[in-house]
Amino acid sequence: MTALREKAQIMDESAMVRAITRIAHEIAERNKGVEEVVLVGLRSRGVELAQRIAAKLGEIEKTKVPVGALDITLYRDDLGRAKTQPVVRRTEIKFSIDDKKVVLVDDVLFTGRSCRAAMDALMDLGRPSLIQLAVLVDRGHRELPIRADYVGKNVPTSPQETVQLFLTEQDGVDRVVICEPVE
Amino acid sequence: MTFMRKDLLGIQDLTAHEITLILDTAVSMKEIASRDIKKVPTLRGKTVINLFYEASTRTRTSFEIAGKWLSADVINISTSGSSVVKGESLKDTGLTLQSMHPDVVVIRHAAAGAPHMLAKLIKASVINAGDGAHEHPTQALLDLFTLREKRGSLQGLKAAIVGDITHSRVARSNIFAMQKMGMEIRVCGPPTLLPRYVEGLGVQRFTAIEAAISDVDVIMMLRIQRERMGSGFFPTLREYSKIFGLNLTRLKAARPDVLIMHPGPINRGVEIAPEVADGPYSLILDQVENGLAIRMALLYLLVGGQPGANN
Repeated sequence: MTALREKAQIMDESAMVRAITRIAHEIAERNKGVEEVVLVGLRSRGVELAQRIAAKLGEIEKTKVPVGALDITLYRDDLGRAKTQPVVRRTEIKFSIDDKKVVLVDDVLFTGRSCRAAMDALMDLGRPSLIQLAVLVDRGHRELPIRADYVGKNVPTSPQETVQLFLTEQDGVDRVVICEPVE
Repeated sequence: MTFMRKDLLGIQDLTAHEITLILDTAVSMKEIASRDIKKVPTLRGKTVINLFYEASTRTRTSFEIAGKWLSADVINISTSGSSVVKGESLKDTGLTLQSMHPDVVVIRHAAAGAPHMLAKLIKASVINAGDGAHEHPTQALLDLFTLREKRGSLQGLKAAIVGDITHSRVARSNIFAMQKMGMEIRVCGPPTLLPRYVEGLGVQRFTAIEAAISDVDVIMMLRIQRERMGSGFFPTLREYSKIFGLNLTRLKAARPDVLIMHPGPINRGVEIAPEVADGPYSLILDQVENGLAIRMALLYLLVGGQPGANN
């Protein structure tokens, strides 16, 4: 794996808060409330984002929105091909997703393959009435016909760059940065 | 970290880090058992062959289900119905199967070292499901997993393994595994079935069960293999049971929260009383359930571990 260095910060803590607030409002608007809405975060950073969105939805709609955690490792299309083996984490969705409006939450939308894997995983777990996708950052370069319903920020990137989300719970700070490979 | 081995042949080769990785992966795999649709596409298109030269219920079924839940194609060969009865050698059997391009061969064999020989011979990943009296690594892994699930952490736990230690591959694998994970181990049984070399491994030998089981976190009972009876290791099954059998009375010498494990199959009333096997602290059925998760974890780690290795 090539070494990376930080090129620029694209979101700071307050930008993230505003993006999450707006996404929460959009979810409530698009779905005409949060009845039957559940959030499923993709491990691992998507889970924390989903919890923050749920908290904001709780303030707006005065309802507790269920949050689940989905691990897509077993559904990836690159197993056995990737240079390192991804660690399998636990899927924890303690509620039924049948007939629910599932909003998948991920940190960065890139090729779209994680979303494809997530949808396959959800279909094995039940039959949602619809699936929507919320991402904090859309960095382009889709390899599959996938699009996000809710986007925190659109960021043009080059394919060699990486977009990295840091969260207070895991990394001690809230920010989003672009990294580029070191020559 | 990545699991970089081609095969799983024994606990002796594994590091504590690798054991922890396997256990952690099994945690995630266990969740699949609670789903309505017990299937993930991870090993789709991969072929797993179970090559069992010895009888098995638990291990074989466990590997079969593990493979199937991961969407692999699983083939079971029990040699009684195969050309092995015509005298075909292990080497030829291995090469024959290799020509059908399996990704994993799970082998149980009466000869120690058979899996190791097979692993050198074929390109597929080889998993040792029990080789003679040598090792049974997946059993030890599921035993550790079960214990860790109940107690949170393995470091410093005390275990007593009771039974025919000399002939037990389960005992051997567990001793290696528990030591790597920082546990204290005692073995107990009739002196005829208690090898002296375990002392060199830092394991305490006991010939009285009450002393062995006092103050331990877990008691692991081993099946007394009836076939040993005629070889002069102990007079009768009844006498063995009287002196070494685990019943409720004897359990009073142990801690009130002690955990009971047994790799199965159990001889009810011989090495373990029915009330103990079916009692609240018995983890025997948990072990079976966890065996499935561990074997899923191993299939995932071996097949996903080496890019292009099995091509």
